[in-house]
Amino acid sequence: MTQQDIEPAKTVDARGAACPGPLMDLIGAIRDVDPGDVVLLLSDSDRSLTDVPEWVDEAGNDLVAIEEGDDHHEIYVENV
Amino acid sequence: MTEEIVIIGGGTGGSVLANDLAERLDEEIDSGEVAVTLINDGPDHVYKPVWLYVPFGKREPEDGRRPLRELVDNRIEIRQDRVTEIDTDAQQLTTTERVSPTRYDHLVVATGSTLAPDEVPGLAEGGHDYYSEAGALALRDELLEFTEGHLVLSVIGSPHMCPAAPLEFVFMADDWFRKRGLREDIEITYTYPINRVHGNPHIADWAQPLMDERNINTETFFNGDEVDPEAGTLTSMEGSEVDYDLLVSIPPHRGVEMIEEAGLGDRGWVEVNKHTLEAEHAENVYALGDAAATGVPKAGSVAHYQAATVGQRLASEVRGQVPTAAYDGKTICFIETGMDSASFVEFDYQNPPSPVTPSEKIHWSKLAYNESYWLTARGLI
Repeated sequence: MTQQDIEPAKTVDARGAACPGPLMDLIGAIRDVDPGDVVLLLSDSDRSLTDVPEWVDEAGNDLVAIEEGDDHHEIYVENV
Repeated sequence: MTEEIVIIGGGTGGSVLANDLAERLDEEIDSGEVAVTLINDGPDHVYKPVWLYVPFGKREPEDGRRPLRELVDNRIEIRQDRVTEIDTDAQQLTTTERVSPTRYDHLVVATGSTLAPDEVPGLAEGGHDYYSEAGALALRDELLEFTEGHLVLSVIGSPHMCPAAPLEFVFMADDWFRKRGLREDIEITYTYPINRVHGNPHIADWAQPLMDERNINTETFFNGDEVDPEAGTLTSMEGSEVDYDLLVSIPPHRGVEMIEEAGLGDRGWVEVNKHTLEAEHAENVYALGDAAATGVPKAGSVAHYQAATVGQRLASEVRGQVPTAAYDGKTICFIETGMDSASFVEFDYQNPPSPVTPSEKIHWSKLAYNESYWLTARGLI
């Protein structure tokens, strides 16, 4: 599956978020969407590249795709 | 025709902005070119940081309430009314007290946060909070009777008001029970949604060793999902569970519903340019404080600094000048580390926080600021 095939039910733009941070914004969005829905997180924090996969694993959700960028990263998470 | 500036919400952001505009636009207001109206759904201004001290018997909710009319410049019209609809195309508001709509040329949304414990099954019945007057009073009753067992502080909502307050609560509870000779019989656990004890990694790195020193248990990657008040258990999205005798939570937060209905942003948070504070999805609309989704903490200091930015920008717009003022993310915050010690942080979009060594002096500085806060609300400091 490529990123173009993924249709997120919700996009969280956490670029520039200092506190509580992109992962907290993502968790809030995951609470709001239905099981099976994908949330796209936009984050310019490199920490998200490790924080988010760690939480996704812990919570039993699915990390659908990560696209690293110079300006920001795009992380797709499915609420399982 | 008079240029109408309308502010919705008389909290810190709304009150400081109203007073800022009264001073900045004094000539225009006196000549009738500009009118500033502050709409609030009650008569009082509420200073929420007082609530942290209520459960410990240190303050009363009334200490955090004063009539808005005493705090806001007389040149500002204060209307006790509730806005139910924002029509950003027609630039008008529907309110409960007036049949005809209220027109605006410039709107500032400063509607703050509301609590939504019902989003987590069992939380309203099984949990306590100190993020409301009623919650703080009910928690005080429980805490004064609590002499043994498991106290759990769970950060469930995110984002939430005052990100430091959950840390402050467990540090204060630890010290309070210790000084009363009860700590050995009371276990304290702090849960947090991500893999550290605070959203900001610098504050988390500072707080974790303090919590370890004081035998405050920590459970991270814990997103409270359901409370069973009968069994006294809190389960998380991640599948873990904690037993509690007294549950204190930071419940889910939302902004007000009409923001989403107006297409300004999700969950009641207005999507804004984080520097100009202009709404992304409407013309002539600003948002500040908790209502603005800027990524910085939902805290009074943020609303205070943002009010100065919005005040300068509105004054420029009224005078036909290019607005240049920008908010730089400035946040300051005292962090209580016990009943008589505190730390302090200051940060912005570019510079991370670095908590200072806790001291009694900083604790007294915090209490002194809480007293002098009313000068902030008046726009004086």
